[in-house]
Amino acid sequence: MSVAGPRPATDLAAEVRGGSRRAADVLEEHLAAIDARDGEIHAFNLVTRDEARAQAAAVDARVARGEDPGPLAGVPVALKDNLCTRGLPTTCSSRILAGWRPPYDATVVTRLREAGAVMVGKTNMDEFAMGSSTESSATGPTRNPHDTGRVPGGSSGGSAAAVAAGFAPLALGSDTGGSIRQPAALCGVVGMKPTYGTVSRYGLIAFASSLDQIGPFARSVADAAQLFDVIGGHDPADSTSLNRPTPRALSVVDEGVAGMTVGVLAEYLDGVDPEVAARTREAADALAAAGARVEEVSVPEVLLGLSAYYLIAPAEASSNLARYDGVRFGLRVDAEDTVTMNTATRSAGFGAEVKRRIMLGTYALSAGYMDAYYNQALRVRTLIIEGFAAAYRTCDVLLGPTTPTTAFAIGEKVGDPMTMYRSDVCTIPTNLAGHPAVSVPFGSSSGGLPIGVQLLAPALAERTLFRAAAVVEAAAPVTAAVGGRS
Amino acid sequence: MTAVPERLTRDQVAHVANLARLTLTEEELELFTGQLAEILDHAADVASLDLSGVAPTAHAMAVTNVLRADQARPCLDRDEVLEAAPSVEDHRFRVPRILGEAP
Repeated sequence: MSVAGPRPATDLAAEVRGGSRRAADVLEEHLAAIDARDGEIHAFNLVTRDEARAQAAAVDARVARGEDPGPLAGVPVALKDNLCTRGLPTTCSSRILAGWRPPYDATVVTRLREAGAVMVGKTNMDEFAMGSSTESSATGPTRNPHDTGRVPGGSSGGSAAAVAAGFAPLALGSDTGGSIRQPAALCGVVGMKPTYGTVSRYGLIAFASSLDQIGPFARSVADAAQLFDVIGGHDPADSTSLNRPTPRALSVVDEGVAGMTVGVLAEYLDGVDPEVAARTREAADALAAAGARVEEVSVPEVLLGLSAYYLIAPAEASSNLARYDGVRFGLRVDAEDTVTMNTATRSAGFGAEVKRRIMLGTYALSAGYMDAYYNQALRVRTLIIEGFAAAYRTCDVLLGPTTPTTAFAIGEKVGDPMTMYRSDVCTIPTNLAGHPAVSVPFGSSSGGLPIGVQLLAPALAERTLFRAAAVVEAAAPVTAAVGGRS
Repeated sequence: MTAVPERLTRDQVAHVANLARLTLTEEELELFTGQLAEILDHAADVASLDLSGVAPTAHAMAVTNVLRADQARPCLDRDEVLEAAPSVEDHRFRVPRILGEAP
């Protein structure tokens, strides 16, 4: 069966490659949308107009010469501001990196350029990707395009909002504990976290290196698959990049789910908002109607994911963020000796959430506590991997909600870190296991806010994952349109 | 089986902040002690398990050391890298004095 959904980005690329539209015109339309509404949304830390215009002109010139600029010819793409762009400010939404211009491009940036994409700017994020609402950004919060009194989710909230608001058909984010999928769900767009190691982390500013993975945002499953295909693949510059063929997803996205077994993950439905749970069950029905066998499965180990993650990720972050010492790049607060300078720089440069996580991680790794916390969390990671493996002995994919609730109000959870952390309860286990997962918009709440459902698959099963996601997308109730002017 | 540690104290938070090269105000110290203790209370579900028979996983996908051929190739441009540094002298990163005595 065919479940072909909308393909705004791949359609645009086809028109630009075919010469029926100019990349320059496509870009100007998107820059106009940014000008009209980003003052209100604040999806971007930086809009790179001049560089984007030069890239679009280069694409048009190649088409005029009869060359093929690539599968993303002329497609505007927004980049999370933790992806290094040579010579262009890359801040992680932190004061400590304000004004820093990296001396190199991230591998994903190089691959986008080679595919003909036009990069329009750097998107706002929780500081160093630590957060679930984009409120920990030193540049101020991003607002949800569906309701500007609410958060877009996080940490890749700027990328999710940019795609939802029509500022770019595609964006890249990074997902350490749900930072692509959770904002995708809250903003009503597709967001996908690839298998660990399939997308190079070279040039992604590290938060928790064993969990971080770059992935796509798009307005359709097929577009997300196209972007995944462009950025994936082995990279010798990342020692954790898998040196094996990466699954290519776009070519199979329409192949349906006949014969697949889908497990509805019982633990993820427990305690979530009733409307979110109801939408998840509707998505399960849609998969069954499309020919999948649907059964309920239990992976009780995932209930330990939240605690394990908030020990492992801060532990890795406390080590990774030791590099911000005022010596080689970024902020320096001068002092008469180096240790005082290091301390003054870090105290002035990091925001509260980053400080909390650095201290939590330092404590979890410190003498006397490492066995009780960090080493226990690593053993729980093993249990979660084994729990998923048991489910995948009978299931091809798993289904659950992406988030326990729809978008919450700006300011609602900032004073209570543990409550904020619970926003990630359904996304974290995937990162601990290194698996791929995708959030697909599936209608709206009675209050008109987007709801996302999540599909999970075993490592390197991206093709299966995207096929199931396309079926869910084709059956999805319409998500309320983005409000406001445009 | 490991014992769940005692509840986090203000002095421990001050000690950890010092290890992490952070200075906290009195208000931050107070706030963070409560918040971090609450997070660690939640982590008791992990800390209290008997996992003596379970191997730890540091990396979900097996990783091994990766070596490349020992061949010279271009690296980052030195001037471009130093351009980003807060202070540079004679093509090197410049820092304030490191040892206790005056320069």
